[in-house]
Formats: sequence, C-alpha cells, structure tokens
Amino acid sequence: MWLVAIAQTLLFVIAAPLLAGVVKWVKCQLQNREAPPIWQSYLNLNKLFRKEVLLATTTSQLFRVAPYIIFSITIFICAVVPLLIINTPTTAIADVIVIVGLFALARFFLTLAGMDTGTAFGGMGSSREMLISAIAEPALLMVFFAVAMTAMSTNLAMIINQLALHHLWLQPSLIFAALGFILVALAETGRIPVDNPATHLELTMIHEAMILEYSGRYLAFIEWAAQIKFMLYAILFINLFFPWGIASDFSWFSIGLSILTLMFKLLLLVIILGIAEISLAKLRLFRVPYLLNLAFILGLLAVLIHIIIEVG
Amino acid sequence: MKLILFLTIIIALSSSTLTLALHYCPRMLKFIFFTLLGISGLGAIWAGLSVLITQQNINYQISSGFPSLALQFALDPLSGFFLAIVGIIVISVACYGPSYVRSYEKQRPITLMSFFTGLFVSGMYLVLLAHDVFNFMLAWELMSVSSYFLVAYHHEQAANRRAALLYLLMAQASGLLILFAFSILIKFAGSMSFDVLHAVQLSPTWASMAFFLAFFGFGMKAGIVPLHVWLPQAHPVAPSHISALMSGVMLKVAIYGFIRFAFGLLPHVYWQWGSIVLFIGVASALLGVLYALMQHDLKKLLAYHSVENIGIIFIGLGLALIFTSTGHPVLAALGLIAALYHCLNHAIFKSLLFLGAGAILQHSHEHDLEHMGGLIKRMPYTAWCFLIGCISISALPPFNGFVSEWLIFQDAFQAVTLKSEVMRTLIPVAAALLALTSALAAACFVKVYGVIFLGQARTRHVRRAHDPRFGMRLALGFLAILCIFFGVVPTFTISLLNVIPQQLIGAQLPNAHNWLWLIPITTKTSSYNALLVMAGILSIGLIGYWLVRACFGRIKLRQVKPWDCGFGGINARMQYSATAFAMPLRRVFKSAWLIREKIEKIGSDTNYLLQINDWIWQYIYLPLERYSFALARSFAQLQGGNIRVYLAYAFVTLILLLWVIA
Repeated sequence: MWLVAIAQTLLFVIAAPLLAGVVKWVKCQLQNREAPPIWQSYLNLNKLFRKEVLLATTTSQLFRVAPYIIFSITIFICAVVPLLIINTPTTAIADVIVIVGLFALARFFLTLAGMDTGTAFGGMGSSREMLISAIAEPALLMVFFAVAMTAMSTNLAMIINQLALHHLWLQPSLIFAALGFILVALAETGRIPVDNPATHLELTMIHEAMILEYSGRYLAFIEWAAQIKFMLYAILFINLFFPWGIASDFSWFSIGLSILTLMFKLLLLVIILGIAEISLAKLRLFRVPYLLNLAFILGLLAVLIHIIIEVG
Repeated sequence: MKLILFLTIIIALSSSTLTLALHYCPRMLKFIFFTLLGISGLGAIWAGLSVLITQQNINYQISSGFPSLALQFALDPLSGFFLAIVGIIVISVACYGPSYVRSYEKQRPITLMSFFTGLFVSGMYLVLLAHDVFNFMLAWELMSVSSYFLVAYHHEQAANRRAALLYLLMAQASGLLILFAFSILIKFAGSMSFDVLHAVQLSPTWASMAFFLAFFGFGMKAGIVPLHVWLPQAHPVAPSHISALMSGVMLKVAIYGFIRFAFGLLPHVYWQWGSIVLFIGVASALLGVLYALMQHDLKKLLAYHSVENIGIIFIGLGLALIFTSTGHPVLAALGLIAALYHCLNHAIFKSLLFLGAGAILQHSHEHDLEHMGGLIKRMPYTAWCFLIGCISISALPPFNGFVSEWLIFQDAFQAVTLKSEVMRTLIPVAAALLALTSALAAACFVKVYGVIFLGQARTRHVRRAHDPRFGMRLALGFLAILCIFFGVVPTFTISLLNVIPQQLIGAQLPNAHNWLWLIPITTKTSSYNALLVMAGILSIGLIGYWLVRACFGRIKLRQVKPWDCGFGGINARMQYSATAFAMPLRRVFKSAWLIREKIEKIGSDTNYLLQINDWIWQYIYLPLERYSFALARSFAQLQGGNIRVYLAYAFVTLILLLWVIA
C-alpha cells in the first residue's frame, strides 16, 4: 500500500513536465505555430541540471536552500493527493487545509528567495505574488470547505470517495465550487489572465520576476516544482469535480481504467485551457483582486447553497 | 508540590527585593537576579506540568489578619498550563537578559529594571494562583503597575512617557471593568472565594452584564480591537526582553482571566456571547494584521501581530462558547483546546520574535525596517532562528502556529452540525477571514524577513552588525526548537490539555491519546501527522539533492553581479523597501486605514509623503482625549488654591455623606 503511494507520487513527479509539454503543444497547434516536441520539457530540465549556476553576489544561503525546499514540499503534496487510486495510506497525513498550508509554505520560501536577490525585480515579484496569494488563499479554502461539507470530512480521500460513489456532481454547490476553483487555480499556477508564464516582460511578470536570478540546477528545481504544481491543481480539479473512473481498490483492472480515464480527462482539460489562454488577454495587476474576489464569492455561495438547500 | 510552588513565588519575589540590596554591586546584581528569575521559571514549569499530569489540584490558604478574608491560592490544570507558559518564557528571558542588559548598564544601574521585572513576574504567577477575588485583583494590579514602570524605563523622552501613561490608563480601566464584573458575582454569591462564586445563580441579564464587563476588561489587557491601542505604543518603548514578557505572557494571563471567568465561574453561557466574542476575535485578527502590514517599525509591527493572534485566540474561545451553549460539548472542547494551544504557541513564537528583534536593535542600532537589509550575512544565527519564528507566526505547516489554526479551522468546519442557520453560515465566513488573516500574516513576514535579513544592507550600522552573545543565542535557539517541537509533535501537549475542557466544560476530545496522529474528532473527519510531514519534506529534499548530484555531478557555481538590465550601478537603494512591498495590499485594502498621500514639488526636489493612521485611534481615542481634557479643565475651576475653600468642600462633602448614609 505504501509502495503504491510512493509509485503514484513518482508518476506524478515524472509526468508533470510531460503535461507542461502537452499544454505548450496544444497552444502552438491552436495558434498555427510549429510546436516543440511534447517531451521538450525533459530536455530543458536535463540541460538546466547540467549547466553551471550563476549566483548573484547579493544572495545568501537561503537563496541556495530554497529550491530544494520548494521542490520537496511540492513533491510531498503529490504524495498526499490521490492521483489514480483513492485510498492510499498517505492521504491521512494531511487534509485539504494542510495542503493549502503546504502550498503557502512553498510560496513563502519562493518569495523570500525573490527578496534575497536584492534587486527590484525580485522584490516586485514577491510583493505581487503575496498580494495574489493573500486573496486567493481564503477563496481556495472556501471552495475546499464547500466540497468538504458534502462529505463531512476535510480528508481528501474521504471527499473524493463520497463524490465518486454518490455521483454528486450535479449538486449546485459543487458547480459553484468548481467555478471558484478554476479561478483560484489560474491565479495560483500563474496562467493567463493573472500571469503569463511565457513572457519576461518586466512590467507584467510575477512568477518569472521572482526567479529571475535563478539559473542552472536551481532553476531546474524551481521550474520542475512549478510544473508539478500545475499538474497538482489540474489533478485536484479533475479528481474533486469529475472523479469518475478513479480506482477505489488496488486491482490492475481498475488502475488501468483509472489511467485511461485520467489521460482522457487531462487532455480535455488541456485543450480547454489552451483555447482559453489564446483567446484571453492578461489582466492588469489591480484587476486580479476582483477576479479572486469573484472566486471567493463563488466559494462562499457554494457553502451557503450547501448549508441552506442541501443540508436543511 | 506545594513546597515547589511556594519556593517559586518566594524566589521570584526575592529576586526583585534582592536587587535593591545589591544596588552597589552591579555585576553580582545582574547574575543573581537573572539566575533567581530562571530558577523561578523552572519551578513554574515543574509545578504547572505536574498538575497537568497528575490532575490533582492544590489548595492553600493564608489568613490575612482580617476576619472572613483568607487569601486563597489554588493550582488546577488551567492555571497550571498558563503557569508553565509563563515559566518557559521567563526561563528564556533569564538566559537572554544578562547579555542584553549590558547596553542598559552603560547608561545607569539596572536595579530598578530588575526590581520591577521581578515584581512583574511574581505578579503574573500570583494572578494565576489566586483563588479569590481580593487576591486576584491584588496580583493583577501588581502585574499592571510594575509593568508600567518597565514601559516607562526610557522616561527621558516625552513620547515614551506618553506611551507609558496610555498603558497605565488602559490597564487601570481594564482593572476597573474586571472589578465590576467580579462585584456582580460577589453580590449574588456573598463571598469572594472562587469556590463559592462558581456555584452562583444569576439571571441572564446580570450574567450578560458580568460577562461583557469581564470580556472587555480582560480584552483591554489582552488587546482586542478596538481596545488595542496601547499595545503598539507600549511594546516598542519597553526593553525587548520586557516586550517579550508583556506580549508573550502578560496578554496570555489576561486570556487566562477571561477563560477562568467565562468557563470557570459563570454557571451558564449563551450563544449570543459566543457570537460577539467570535466577531470581535475576527475583527482583531484581521485589523491587527492589516495594521501590521503597514508598519515599518519592527517592534510596532510585532505588537500589531499580537493583536492579530489575540484575535485568533478569541475566535477559538468564541467557537467554544457557541458550541457549549448549543450543547456540543466535544466541539466546545476542541475550540477551547485550539485557543489554549494557540496561547502556548503565540507565547513562544512572539517571544522568539521580540527577543530576536532585541538582538537586531542592539547590534544594528536601527528599529526601522527601511534602514536594515542583508543581516543574514552578518547575523546568521539570529537570522535562522528568526526565520523559524516567522514561519511559525505565519501559520505554515509543519510549525507550531499552524497546528492551533488548523484546530480552529476543524472546529469551524463542524459548524454544519449547528441548528441555527445564521451561525452555520457565519462561522465558515469567520473561518475564511481567518484564512485571509493568516495569508496576510505570511505576506507581512515575507516583508519583515526579506527587508531585514535578505538583500543588501541599506545603512552603515547594519553592515557592522554581528551575532549576539551566547546567552542571547541560547534563548533564541531554545525558543526556535520549541517552535519546531510543538509544531511537529503537537499530540503530547494536546493530550495533556485534554483535562482542562474536562474540568471546565465536562467533555474532552475522544481521540487525543494517539501520540502520532492529531485527530480532532474522528479519523474519518480529518487527521494530521506533522511528524510525517516534516520527515517527508526533509527526506524528499535530501533524496532529491543526492539523486541530482549522483546523476549530474557536483554543482558548479560562479559568483556574478545580479542582473541590472545592462545599465550597471545597482545599489542597495534600488531594492524593494517595506513600504513598496506592502503597496499592492495597501491599494487593495485601502479602506482599512486612514491614508494621506502627497507629492510635493519644492524647487527641483520632489517629496513624497505617506501617512498611514489607525482610524480607531483618530476617530475614537483622540476625540475622547480632547473631551476628557475639556471636562477636566471645567472641574479644575473648583480649585481656587485657597485653603478655606477646600475646607468648605470637605465639610459639605462630609455633611452630604452623613445625610446619604443616615
């Protein structure tokens, strides 16, 4: 059982760059550009791991420790999020609130690393990142509260179990929660209306500004962690709101079915994301809080609907 | 046991009186004073822990000489827990003190500071042990008044005297409110002893009056919004180890008083009380952190964070009150335990941060964040301890602040079981605001840590700073280790705490005896294993490090200048400052403050002025001050300075009193 959990975590970590490659490929296809191969992210990581690190003289020890901490926290979250199988023993270690906290911990170190460069870029990125996370975190918690209330548990495995077994996906509260979750996920993973992962335009960037001074192996860890984080949010979205097909036992058949359905759902999600990203423009920084307030209100509505209509 | 308790008090009191005798021998004074203080702290921890473990209360009586007024002392698990908290912080202050007060000794002997510190600590011990109203109020005033002299230690500057006066005024007002609250109980019970007061029968109106008097009385001392204004003024003025004692422990003693009054003495609680406590708790938490975000004076910022954390504690207590009155004793026990655990955690990390701030101030001679920077290279030890404090106060797993907030979230989540739909919807909203608070706290501490320790030094003083002496390092390390310990193995403490709600509410957590898994209600609802989180993150980090090293070889590093966009000449003033860091948040939450922003052009210079004020201070306290001065002036006309007029006043008063009494 523990071995299965570890294998699942490894799969998570290894598949994440592939997913990032697929997203890029889909976007290129939609824009009529020639796409890099979908395994390009692996090549990039390989290159970065081998390269020499250029370390700014202003930085301290913290700057050198932070990539390892961020990377390991992100992988640890993979260990407690069900990917293919619901009931792995690791899910009991941390519930959704702890997961929100762990994301915040990784972000804490990332923003500190941004401040450590002693340049305006790092501070700018950190400051903006903290603005967005400060507003996104309560919204995410409201969404999680809404789904947790339907299962009367904050444990992720229990929630998915409840939603998968009882086919609750047409509940109105879950629809609101799903909409709220999408907005939060876009902000947290730095996708288009909030941040643009593809540019280094100094006035708009958030995530890229923080990691501007990173290079070589450290950058590889940070990039990989960002890809894993993107996959984590995708998996959380799929498994919370569309959990059909996820394996609830450890037989080969159900795991195989789970892999197939998950691949199909991920592909669908990536295509929708690609279409959304090429047709939307980036928001002005001070418009982003409105978007996240909307997410918070959607989460709150989900909780209220659940409390007033579905329980009473 | 009684002996240890007795010795603790005697040693604490003697530490203060001995200093007067040793005035002419300053070297001896310092060491004897701090040693005695440390021993008293050890005694307090011992006594507190043993009453928590054995669960046997200790009672003791001293006859005061007056008939029917015996001074009663008692130690039960609740006071034992708080006694242990005081003990932990007193020990670390005793380690920290000898090196820290060196800079004070250069100015003048530290006799008075030591004398009042000893009295202050003994006052806190006595408040926790008092078992009748007379004794309690005596100890309370001892604590308040002696800490006034500590706040006023740097009395040469007028601003400090003003801050100390404000502190004294508010401490006295809070004492008065508490006295009124107790006198309602005494009137109906006919005795001052807590044992008799406990069985008092009150009508709902009187009970509510007593409750709110006590809530605002203790809350004023604890620093709830809108009674928090003394904190950001008094804490920065006091020496840092005193700030640690005041913010870390004295506020907790006020919380103890509130818990004792609401859960220990009042026979019945109502959900309306709970909802008001919850509301004020949320308001304190949110406004506290928002005000803190705009501060760039380190100790003021920390003081505002005390307001935030007191708010979080009151959220837990409010939930406990709501669940007690609606008949969910287990959930009430969860709320109470969350609040108590947060008291412990806040005492530890806030003392760590204040002591760390003391080290920074002493070695860099700066208290403004905007003048610091790059200290991690000069003071690495302090920097890493401070980092642990910052992570803990930002409520990030797997450190200690997170555990108590997680318990509060779990308790709030259970609000679905309530019957009242209003409460069922409002409590999750309160939880969301708590999430906002902790996210903002994280933002604030990224700012604090980033601006103080990271980047480049902004002033010359800062470039010459170095790590403090051994005693101060010991205290910082001790508190940092406690932050990790109480974060990673919370279950030991929580299973010890379980006896407190058992005595006060009559219920306890069902699954608290599991030593590895923290399970608030059942394994199905939620569980958290901080030890595995810590171990998992550390081992994944190490495995990742070794694997990459094995596959790609050792890391190759080259030191270069940071990227300057090709223009060159990057310097320390180009870094993000604290004000700049908080600017986006200032813009988003702008209605929380009174902001005055002005750009002036004087000749070729352009000046940017930014003033951020607390609107509670501007709109409530300043008008109050004006009116009370006007009132005082109108009364002052009575004073003619003529002795015959005064005699006439005395005579008329005497006649009036005789007439009223007869």
